Amino acid sequence: MSGFFDRLRGRTAGKGSSHAAKERLQFILVHDRINLPPERLQAMKQEILAVISKYVDVDSENVDIALEQRDRDSLIVAEIPFTGGNERDEARRRLASDTRGKTVDNNTDDG
Amino acid sequence: MGAKVITITSGKGGVGKTTTTANLGIAFARMGKKVVVIDADVGLRNLDLIMGLENRIVYDLVDVIEGRCQLRQAMIKHKQFAELFLIPSAQTRDKTAVSPADMIQIADKLRPEFDYILIDSPAGIERGFRNAIAPADEVLIVTNPEVSAVRDADRIIGLLEANNKGPGKLILNRVKAEMVRKGEMLSADDVTDILAIKLVGIVPEDETVIPASNSGIPVTLNENSRAGIAFRNIARRLTGEEVPFMQLEETGTFLQRLMRLFTGSQSSE
Repeated sequence: MSGFFDRLRGRTAGKGSSHAAKERLQFILVHDRINLPPERLQAMKQEILAVISKYVDVDSENVDIALEQRDRDSLIVAEIPFTGGNERDEARRRLASDTRGKTVDNNTDDG
Repeated sequence: MGAKVITITSGKGGVGKTTTTANLGIAFARMGKKVVVIDADVGLRNLDLIMGLENRIVYDLVDVIEGRCQLRQAMIKHKQFAELFLIPSAQTRDKTAVSPADMIQIADKLRPEFDYILIDSPAGIERGFRNAIAPADEVLIVTNPEVSAVRDADRIIGLLEANNKGPGKLILNRVKAEMVRKGEMLSADDVTDILAIKLVGIVPEDETVIPASNSGIPVTLNENSRAGIAFRNIARRLTGEEVPFMQLEETGTFLQRLMRLFTGSQSSE
């Protein structure tokens, strides 16, 4: 309903250029504020991962290192999952194949 | 305890700092406050012209600092308000003629006799900006709903914080309600989301502003100007009064207003 009126008034949700302006500003200001351009952030991420990987096995496909804003404070939030090495991978695979057929039932019971 | 020193700054040029300073000065004077406005843009004098006082200048800020005149002699009384004064900037000097310590000294001399001291900062983040914020008790950041102005405002807020003057309060100037509604201009909510500082005023784009500058009679003196109302509201908020943000648009056809009512959508304040 309101979408209909929005179209009548020439607005399509999220499609105006102001949306792009806001997203672009939010992205670049995070970098401006800590004086760390996107390229440098990328290099830093690689280094962080390299250091952590020296000590533990990192599940590199699921790593998430991002800059965040809380009010005007900037922080780096990193989610770096470990893989448990070969043994645990093996156990996980076995578990997955054992439970494959039951997943739906289990979910219903739990919920 | 004396006057509150408020510096008006922006980073980017051309967003309306001088217009804002002139209008707030007049708005405070209308409220019966004793006010001095200081043009801190040394080398690019303009506040005098916007306030219609350009023909009365004898001495300027640099004359005071270099001891060629008394502070009182450089204070030009406004035509209409006996307790509103302008200290013009020097036209033929550059910003190195003034130091942050000079500004603090001048502000301290004025404080006992006034309620508000408004300082119009030059654009940029160099010496002139540092001069302008040095004596500030409060800083207003003027910006427009445009990417470059918002980015520069963010940089200014960061510098204010680094100088223990932050975070400052935001004035969003030249908002076009119709464009905001079409999603083609950042809204006040968007800009405050991005900058994360307190909003103290939203000034609509208004065709009365340029004629007001042309004639040296700021829009605050025009009872019917929407920009003038917005500036008067900002002055009231700065004195601590709770003033709701006005609806930016009363124009539009009956049908448009009916539709807005129907869809419950907010006017883009």
